[in-house]
Amino acid sequence: MTQDAAIAVENVSKRFGDGRAALDEVSLTIRKGELVAVVGPSGSGKTTLLRLINRLADPSAGTVSIGGADAACLDPVTLRRSIGYVFQEVGLFPHMTVAENIAITPRLLGWDKARMAARVDELLGLVRLDKGYGARFPHQLSGGERQRVGVARALAAGPDTVLMDEPFAALDPLTRDALGQDYRALHDKLGLTTLMITHDMVEALGLADRIAVLLDGTVVAEGAPAAMIDHAHPYVRELMQAPRNIARRVEGLLAGKER
Amino acid sequence: MDGRFADALGRLPDYLGNHVLVSVAALALGLALSFPLALAALGRPTLRALLLAGTSVVQTVPGLALLALFYPLLLAVAAFSERVLGLSFSALGFLPAVLALALYSMLPVVRNTITGILGVDGAAKQAAIGVGMTEGQALRMVELPLAMPVIMAGVRTAAVWVIGTATLSTPIGQTSLGNYIFAGLQTQNWVFVLFGCVAAAVLALLIDQLLAQIERGYTARSRARMAAAAAGLLITLLAALLPTTMRAGGGYAIGAKPFGEQYILAALMQDRLRAGGLAAGRRDGLGSAVILDALAAGDIDAYVDYSGTIWANQLKRTDVLPRAEVLKAVTDWLKAERGIVTLGGLGFENAYALAMKRERALALGVKSIADLARHAPTLSIAGDYEFFSRPEWKAIRDAYGLSFDRERQMQAELMYPAAGAGEVDVISAYTSDGRIAEFGLVVLDDPRQAIPPYDAILLVSPKRADNQAFLAALRPLVGAIDVETMREANRRASTGATPEAVARWLDEKIGR
Repeated sequence: MTQDAAIAVENVSKRFGDGRAALDEVSLTIRKGELVAVVGPSGSGKTTLLRLINRLADPSAGTVSIGGADAACLDPVTLRRSIGYVFQEVGLFPHMTVAENIAITPRLLGWDKARMAARVDELLGLVRLDKGYGARFPHQLSGGERQRVGVARALAAGPDTVLMDEPFAALDPLTRDALGQDYRALHDKLGLTTLMITHDMVEALGLADRIAVLLDGTVVAEGAPAAMIDHAHPYVRELMQAPRNIARRVEGLLAGKER
Repeated sequence: MDGRFADALGRLPDYLGNHVLVSVAALALGLALSFPLALAALGRPTLRALLLAGTSVVQTVPGLALLALFYPLLLAVAAFSERVLGLSFSALGFLPAVLALALYSMLPVVRNTITGILGVDGAAKQAAIGVGMTEGQALRMVELPLAMPVIMAGVRTAAVWVIGTATLSTPIGQTSLGNYIFAGLQTQNWVFVLFGCVAAAVLALLIDQLLAQIERGYTARSRARMAAAAAGLLITLLAALLPTTMRAGGGYAIGAKPFGEQYILAALMQDRLRAGGLAAGRRDGLGSAVILDALAAGDIDAYVDYSGTIWANQLKRTDVLPRAEVLKAVTDWLKAERGIVTLGGLGFENAYALAMKRERALALGVKSIADLARHAPTLSIAGDYEFFSRPEWKAIRDAYGLSFDRERQMQAELMYPAAGAGEVDVISAYTSDGRIAEFGLVVLDDPRQAIPPYDAILLVSPKRADNQAFLAALRPLVGAIDVETMREANRRASTGATPEAVARWLDEKIGR
């Protein structure tokens, strides 16, 4: 394990009551400041991996370290308040306003009202939403706006680390791309460490510093986006087929137009 | 509209106030029990199943039975508490009503709280834990608020049930809007029955709507709306309660079983006590199973019972002795076993009897129950709800070998018209009932003396046994009312006069 590891997953297995292994001897290190994408199909164990990191679940074997400390020794509630989490289905609280949703973790940490209000305004600015959104309820927002609020909520208490569980999956392609790029900019600007779960290799290629491919509970490929291009594993090749086709087609179109 | 409406209106402050008091106390207790239990059961499937099954079973017990069951239970607890802790409390009225109604209110609250919280979207719970809430915070900040509409629906159902069922607390001595209904049914005062039903329904709807407004205010996060609805609720309750709490409490309590003659006699005793300068209230419509215990316990101070009732039900005697001997045996037994003072007979009997329409009796040549026995297999008989399970019926049946074609149970008030109209051939009647003459019926002789004598006797609770002023006010009633006078009084009551008006007539008629 390197010194600058923000999150270190070492030989972690997770078995459920029926003996089925969701994760089998997985090791993965996320260095400080990195944006790592874990790509895999449904049922590959990627959400389980994310849940082990903020202790929504505990591993059957192996260790998870956060900032060098064994997560098993940390208080789960304190740990979760120190890590931003963006949920797959957004997970905004429908009975709370946007401002209350964003300020939830600060509120749990006991911030005073003025500080929370200032932080909400700051975060709405960061995720490029008008201040007037603070008083609205989640059901009054579009899908993209909701996920911007989801990102703002994850960042509210100023965490170093953010976990994202298929954050943009439910959005239309345009919104998804814009939000992805916006998040990547935030990640760099705030110096965050991000672990993002996705089933979409195109998204991973476009945003991540490093990609890990998870299949049936094991990491079958890991490396920089460029390393995925000629990877030997059949599943990785399969995953790369779609981006490759698109790239070729777009390249052709662009070439034709330039001529 | 006749005087009955004005009479009903005049009683509203008392009945409504007590009704609201018992309903609110029961609902508050029910909620205080239901919420913690429901929350405790959330993560415990076994407790959850037990709790839901338990509250459902309570719900299947008819309200009247549930309320009645709490009286003997509390009586035992009260006796125990007095002996062991030296604390005495009244087992009649308020307490059993509140406990029974509270139990009754639990099912909708428990069920809706559990299903409401379990029905909250799993993603919201996940997110709550994910952002760093403890289980308690997730419950308080996310699950409860999201389940609130369902929980409030349960509370509203409970409120409506309690307000409706509270009308049944009258027979165990809790004044409620049910006093209108029970008294009205017994005296054929349909104005009273309707008044009681409408008042209870209006109260239930009003409370339901105010609770709905609170819930809507909560969902819309409008503090002003919630406050307005809560203020409305509070004002409604206070307005209903104020006259009751302002009324001077204390005084003597006169009991009455749920039928017209009893209401008249209770009103008469009340008049006599007041004339003697003693404040007296009434506990009308007490069930016959409850009333003697209530007297012995001092929850009521006096009432009129019938020698034959005590002879059969308390002394468990099935033999029939002459009137004076039964009276003496009953008097001695009440004194020795329960400490109850028998002031004496009022002068008339209200005995069970078999009656039939005069023309029909003539046509069949039936004069006595012995004659009736020959025709019984082709005839139908109707009795009130008690009659066929009473030892008197068994005694008559066995003495004469009666076997009817059909036995029907009906409300006592409906039996006389039914016999008059020929819908039933024979009914169980009461000898002092004014309706025997009114519907052209004839009472059949009892040559084998199978029916025990039923002298109306004035009973006084042990704790008033040495209260000379109290005894002096009531003693002049002993031997003062003959059966014709009582029949006339009952006839007046059954044709629309209020028990109080009849009591005043009776008071003048018998003199002092």
